[in-house]
Amino acid sequence: MPRAWVFGDDLDTDQIVPGRYAPFMVGQDKFHTYAFCDARPEFAKTVKPGDILVGGENFGCGSSREYAVAALKKHGVGAVVAKNFARIFFRNCVNLGIPVIESSDAIALVRDGDEITLDLAAGILRTPRGDAHLRPLAPFAREILAAGGVVAYLREHGDFPAVR
Amino acid sequence: MTNYRGAPPPEDPPGRTMAELILSRASGRDVRAGDLVIVPVSRVMVHDSVIDAVMAGLKALGKDKVWDTSKVCVFVDHAAPAPTPVVADSHRVLREWVRQQEIASFYDAGEGVCHQIMVEEGYCEPGTVIVGSDSHSNSYGAVGSFGAGMGATDIAVALGLGRTWLRVPGSIKVTFSGKPRRGVTMKDAIMRVVREIGTDGARYACVEFHGVGDLPQGDRITLAGMTTEMGAKAGIVVGTPESPEWLRPAADASYAREVEVDLSTLEPQIAIPPRVDQVSDISGAIGIPIDIVFLGSCTNGRVVDMRQAVELLRGRRIHPRVRLEVVPSSRRQFEDAMAEGTLGRLSAAGAVVGSSGCGPCLGRTGGVLAAEEVCFSTANRNYKGRMGSPDASIYLGSPYVAAVAALTGMIDDPRPYLEASDDDFDALVAKRRTERGDRGAASARSGDHARELLMTIPLRSEPWVTGMEVED
Repeated sequence: MPRAWVFGDDLDTDQIVPGRYAPFMVGQDKFHTYAFCDARPEFAKTVKPGDILVGGENFGCGSSREYAVAALKKHGVGAVVAKNFARIFFRNCVNLGIPVIESSDAIALVRDGDEITLDLAAGILRTPRGDAHLRPLAPFAREILAAGGVVAYLREHGDFPAVR
Repeated sequence: MTNYRGAPPPEDPPGRTMAELILSRASGRDVRAGDLVIVPVSRVMVHDSVIDAVMAGLKALGKDKVWDTSKVCVFVDHAAPAPTPVVADSHRVLREWVRQQEIASFYDAGEGVCHQIMVEEGYCEPGTVIVGSDSHSNSYGAVGSFGAGMGATDIAVALGLGRTWLRVPGSIKVTFSGKPRRGVTMKDAIMRVVREIGTDGARYACVEFHGVGDLPQGDRITLAGMTTEMGAKAGIVVGTPESPEWLRPAADASYAREVEVDLSTLEPQIAIPPRVDQVSDISGAIGIPIDIVFLGSCTNGRVVDMRQAVELLRGRRIHPRVRLEVVPSSRRQFEDAMAEGTLGRLSAAGAVVGSSGCGPCLGRTGGVLAAEEVCFSTANRNYKGRMGSPDASIYLGSPYVAAVAALTGMIDDPRPYLEASDDDFDALVAKRRTERGDRGAASARSGDHARELLMTIPLRSEPWVTGMEVED
């Protein structure tokens, strides 16, 4: 069962991967091992593929660094559920194929370490304290995520999904 | 937010905001806030610190060449000149790539900050969409372009296809009235707006500035660039001299929020660490001791900013225990400041003058901060660790306040210094220096602490620069 990693409001990309551990500083094979190294030192060692991050307002704010999202991808993070997202982080997640889903009640229902499951088809995050409702993703983002990211989508289709 | 999709349009829809106007024109259909569009980009900006990921993205897309070499601008500015062998190697790879791609608009180390050059060299066509690999790409709204910052894969896609996708943002209308008093600048004005809107108050939105289209271009860059600090997708100044006639929002355009700022009563503003929206009138920050002053960045590194500092310094030397680092935002600004004697005066006052670029704004090169040091910066971010040690503090404000801080070693209201007679001026500086005494953080460091540092440095296996921001 996926485990929940719970964060608060305004989680910035410096907390996800500090700039000093950028790929070109420590290597493409290592930067993800510094994910949340200051905020949650146990994260990189214990996170399992499929685990879900849950946050509050303005998740992923600050620097546009895509390697913050790339680090989550390398760890196999299954999804990020938050009240809302900073815009560049949101785009980076869609582009790299990590579902980013808004939910106004998930943060109140989920405790750190909970076992939770994401039912995207039903639009629900199942938690030990009840179901949290997920805001449906726009079809455009859904199609890119289904392909595994924008590069995979473009390679397959040659162009962006239709916008209407 | 207004969205007419799925329903017949009303007989008389409200007119379009700047964002709706530009994105309708670019996408070839009438779009409104909330609609998704795929639009051509008129220019793509890429800089040194993301080039590896951008190149990897293009390769993964199966593209050998960018879609149009004449529409790509590449800059080496974020860590320039290279501070470490690893960064130097990354710059070498970048230069090879630029040659192989035959990109003519290439600005190497020392030419300046990408955003300053994009605007002043005329790369930003008003009314078009421009994407950049840096969050402060909003700056292009200074001349009426829709500039948006994006991550490396988005930039790689834009380079490969010449197009990008965007959701049409809702808009926030900011109207300025009146003229600022002497000693108050448009930096104070935008910090007043950030104070009002907050760091995420303009998330996904476009901030439209009204009533300031005729300001000098530099002031407009200060305004548009700092919309990033409110989470905005773009920031656009209305009615600039560069804008064509058609580029005007309708009088009945629909806004998510409207903010009015009377410049004539505005006080100098100070952002208190570690948040850009934690802003106080100058009266709330007077007396805070400062160790180092940074005058530069895309926000305030132009010749006018350097001139304001010189105007306040009035030929005096800065405080002996304070360092003043000046980094012109581009070679043009550097040379203009040199030609008119402004740089010489800053140097004579005791300033260190760095080569044009992002400088220490993001803690990568030049003047990075030690633990406990307190910096006064004219740049745009004061996050923990932004300019070096995570244990340093950064106050943000105007070039006038920066000059006062360099002179006295503390934050103070710049206006009395501008108005005082020579004797009163010197008396005021002497009084403030006495009040400051030894309170500077760097000077307060104990000998024991220094020994501790000396012992740990050779043992460190980590990169010597800590807590730095990388791409913006």
